[in-house]
Amino acid sequence: MRFSVLTAGAAALLAVATTAASAQTTLTIGTVNNSDMIRMQGLTPEFEKQHPDIKVNWVTLEENILRQRVTTDIATGGGQFDIMTIGTYEVPIWAKQGWLKPLDGLGDNYDMDDLIPAIRSALSSDGKLYAAPFYAESVLTLYRKDLFEKAGLTMPDKPTWDFIAEAAEKVTDKDAGVYGICLRGKPGWGENMAFLGNMAREFGANYFDADWKPQFESEGWKKAVSLYVDLMTKYGPPGAASNGFNENLQLFGQGKCGMWMDASVAASFVTDPKQSQVPDKVGFAAAPCGTENCPNDGFNWLWAWSLAIPDSSKKADAAQTFISWATSKEYLDLVASKEGWANVPPGTRTSLYKNSKYTEAAPFADATLNAIQHANPEPTADKPYYGLQFAAIPEFQGLGTAVGQQMAAALSGSTSVDQALKQSQAIATREMTRGGYIKN
Amino acid sequence: MARKVTTGRKIGTTIFAWFVGLVIFFPILWTFLTSFKTELQAISIPPVFVGFDWTLENYRTIQTQSNYFHFMANSIYLSLGSTALGLIFAIPAAWAMAFSPTRRTKDVLLWMLSTKMLPAVGVLIPIYLLFVRFGLLDSRLGLIVVLFLINLPILVWMLYTYFKEIPGEILEAARMDGASLSKEITQVLAPMAVPGIASTVLLNVILSWNEAFWTLNLTTSNAAPLTAFIASFSSPQGNFYAKLSAASMLAIAPILIVGWFSQKQLVRGLTFGAVK
Repeated sequence: MRFSVLTAGAAALLAVATTAASAQTTLTIGTVNNSDMIRMQGLTPEFEKQHPDIKVNWVTLEENILRQRVTTDIATGGGQFDIMTIGTYEVPIWAKQGWLKPLDGLGDNYDMDDLIPAIRSALSSDGKLYAAPFYAESVLTLYRKDLFEKAGLTMPDKPTWDFIAEAAEKVTDKDAGVYGICLRGKPGWGENMAFLGNMAREFGANYFDADWKPQFESEGWKKAVSLYVDLMTKYGPPGAASNGFNENLQLFGQGKCGMWMDASVAASFVTDPKQSQVPDKVGFAAAPCGTENCPNDGFNWLWAWSLAIPDSSKKADAAQTFISWATSKEYLDLVASKEGWANVPPGTRTSLYKNSKYTEAAPFADATLNAIQHANPEPTADKPYYGLQFAAIPEFQGLGTAVGQQMAAALSGSTSVDQALKQSQAIATREMTRGGYIKN
Repeated sequence: MARKVTTGRKIGTTIFAWFVGLVIFFPILWTFLTSFKTELQAISIPPVFVGFDWTLENYRTIQTQSNYFHFMANSIYLSLGSTALGLIFAIPAAWAMAFSPTRRTKDVLLWMLSTKMLPAVGVLIPIYLLFVRFGLLDSRLGLIVVLFLINLPILVWMLYTYFKEIPGEILEAARMDGASLSKEITQVLAPMAVPGIASTVLLNVILSWNEAFWTLNLTTSNAAPLTAFIASFSSPQGNFYAKLSAASMLAIAPILIVGWFSQKQLVRGLTFGAVK
């Protein structure tokens, strides 16, 4: 008798324990190791305090491994991730594939209209939001105010490439280890092609025309790549073909670069005394323009690291609760109260740029907002795809990287610009024909 | 006629050996030094060698950001588990091949090795689907099986070469004395093959410890070993070399220490059978 009472008691206890355990949902979030994401990871206890029934489990991975990991998991329905950080390249493609859950339960207080329109549109498909922006970026010209002053130059608000070429020459002082211009050279669709795709648009050229025919042999690409190779050969740092964002960030932070055109998020790094030797000598201007009818005033770059829920997740409701918290106005306030306004994730909400505390703490705020607002990634009559510095089609990753290798070869001098563009055109035409975009 | 070894020659060889040793060791030394620098010092040009303010900041950051011991425990489980499982299969297989070979033994050995030639990514999706079906994703058991399978050919090959060195007559004598098969393997063969088995175990532990394709693709958090720990400190936007170096030092420390203490065994085992 006693035995059965004990057993019953134990069973009851066990039942209580299981209910308690099952009432708590554990979310697994896959993310890249960017400082804004690490900050979010650090602030998660605040979220868990507000939502005791949700526990958050972070998986931080290197960007390429994360992409491979998440793609495999979604394609096979593995369900290992409940939330992941993806970019504006993936969102339209994955939403179309049915790989993402639409975010329709972010709550009444979310204020979706506060999201910067260009970003919101970049993350929506058929009017539904498929990912919530965590931080966003466009392209800026970063330059050294002290070196410009010494050379008697004034950076215009909207520089042209002609001016940039002149300035690069004047600022370069190779004996002192100062190079006039630093640009990305490392091959990759998200590395040198992000910059070159942007630069080609500044000369009026896209990746593909309205019939999906690759445009690498067009006038715009020729002008852009010739100028790029010319400037980098004469005034760039040595070994530029292996420099990506991080390498240039280091060079600029060490005071080796006169100018650097890259993602606007670089601004917060080079003005941080902990990470840069020139924190108070950096000026910001618009990305240069190549021709008079330069589209988007030169801002041909839009990227947003965003939080999305894979279709295979079984905890979508809890995941939306977390996303709503991490991309809310309250989260921005929370970061500001703990780490200061300069560390708030930029580029997602209009209200942030109306906040004088933020604009005072972040000297790059206006330039960033201006850049993001003027970048329009929507398809147009002569550009059938979504995106500016990339084309949001699945084939672009492979194609962009193959073309990027040609560009790196041209930069390092192992092939000519004409040859590299001809080769790129051939590679792209083959891929696009294979993909069924070009009909024979 | 033996060549006369002069003192000059000895000094020359010693200096050369030290030079080669330093060249090979330098990346680890550099990682070690970098792990004590700030991010700014880590990337400074010209590089600073020792004259910087040594800081433990990176190690502290790493510890607050992720739980090192969780990853290390997984690495230990995976490498020891897969090695133990591997020995259970590899010792009998190598025994059969070494002492009662058939006409096809060489072919079987080559075929086993050929499975190592397929790029791992080629079978990622099938394996992933199997893992989904059997609920093995992010589990230590699943990874132990995968690591065991990918290292099995090497285990069998290494043990086979060691066993070949042992004269079959000794085993025959044991059999004549009435030893059963299990006694023959455990009491006669194994003690004689200890150096070989030890170095096989060590090599297999190191291979499993360093395996970074399957361990990254089949785990998320519960079963993630140190490879995932290192991978989490590389950043697409921002400086990370100092933190990454600190993470790498922590990840290789256990295996480095084990390797240090057992290097004699390892070298002896690896060259065992190479020279008759």
